[in-house]
Amino acid sequence: MASLKVYGKTYSTNVTRVLTTLAEKNVDDYQMVPIDLLTGANKTPEYLKLQPFGQIPAFQDGDFTLYESRAIARYISDKYEGQGTALSGNTEREKALVNQWLEVESQNYNPCAGKIVFECVFAQILAGRPTDEAVVKEQLEKLEKILDVYEARLTHHKYLAGDFFSLADLAHIPVTNNLINVAKKGELFSSRKHLNAWWEDISSRPSWQKVLQIIQAGQQQK
Amino acid sequence: MSITLFGTAGSTCTSLVLTTLFEKQVQDFVLKNVNLAKGEHKKPEYLKLQPFGVIPVLQDGDLTIFESRAIARYVSDKYEGQGTPLLGKTEKERALVNQWLEVESQNYYPVVSSIAYQLVFGPRRGLKPDEKVVEQQLEKFEKILDIYEEHLAKNEYLAGNFFSLADLSHIPYTYLLLHQAKKGEGITSRKHVKAWWDKISSRPSWKQLLDLRAQS
Repeated sequence: MASLKVYGKTYSTNVTRVLTTLAEKNVDDYQMVPIDLLTGANKTPEYLKLQPFGQIPAFQDGDFTLYESRAIARYISDKYEGQGTALSGNTEREKALVNQWLEVESQNYNPCAGKIVFECVFAQILAGRPTDEAVVKEQLEKLEKILDVYEARLTHHKYLAGDFFSLADLAHIPVTNNLINVAKKGELFSSRKHLNAWWEDISSRPSWQKVLQIIQAGQQQK
Repeated sequence: MSITLFGTAGSTCTSLVLTTLFEKQVQDFVLKNVNLAKGEHKKPEYLKLQPFGVIPVLQDGDLTIFESRAIARYVSDKYEGQGTPLLGKTEKERALVNQWLEVESQNYYPVVSSIAYQLVFGPRRGLKPDEKVVEQQLEKFEKILDIYEEHLAKNEYLAGNFFSLADLSHIPYTYLLLHQAKKGEGITSRKHVKAWWDKISSRPSWKQLLDLRAQS
């Protein structure tokens, strides 16, 4: 029985952020425990003991429970330091830049991109209302400015923290996949040469390809 | 003197970095004031350091780093051997510090900063508060604080029984909520949250920050 458990569903970008980290660190031996927001499984007393905010994912390593996908990703990255891709930077300077771009993803990119995806893809299913076009327009304007900064950065560096792939790049993958492939906002990327090249590179990594298969398999189960 | 911090003592995000420096007993740095009213943070010289045009940004020799939480981590790592240990000592402690840093970042901060925008930052720019937004955010905040209350009934600090960056990261915005937005009842009405707040906000590092603000 796997001692690692990931609670959630693969439609959640926060869950797939964790799964991609596991794949990048060559960690296969874990169990997915379905917690479906649509059935309210995240509001049961048992689940709230693990994740009191009722959000997914939650994570267990034996009897140690952890939540917040970026914290879980950091834990996996530390615990499996000796295997797979080094994700957190090797020097003090590299670590600082990984942390900086993780915060940019967390504070700037994700809120913006997440709102666009929500409005375009999930508003009807989850909030029972049509897309709020005013919100989409406002967030797209913000995101264009953010992506101009990314383009400038990636013109001089192959990846966000420098010339090495890190957790900072990884953190962007699930939401960007939704933004481009589900919300159909690919133009944001295809119109920016270096940003596009970066996206092509990170999304073709075996770790993400593996997670895409897991997502597809999950969609086929009913 | 290798460290220069660009920002203002009055800014919540700059305050996080300053308080971390004080907590790590780092006094040997320069604070370079950025004149927000004059739009200094949007000028080309500043954008070379911080391309998103916000404060703070820190320079340490030829390393430039922005995002206050990332800067605070950098300071905590660099000065690991002095001052208060802020990131946890074991793998599990570190994980819990990171968890609560994310809770602050993803749950606490968006709600408190929204209230702060409506009641403090917006009015400074002549905007009228949207009372409906304030009410909605305060409702969300109550639910979040219930979870904090239950957690702090069993743990002295957020990551366990030790003060960490996770607690520290809550201080600047909570202080603003109480003292400028005047919406602190959620904090003061909950026994364990209030005890935690009183403890962390009376630390010498935060007092030093407030003194610096008073002098600025």
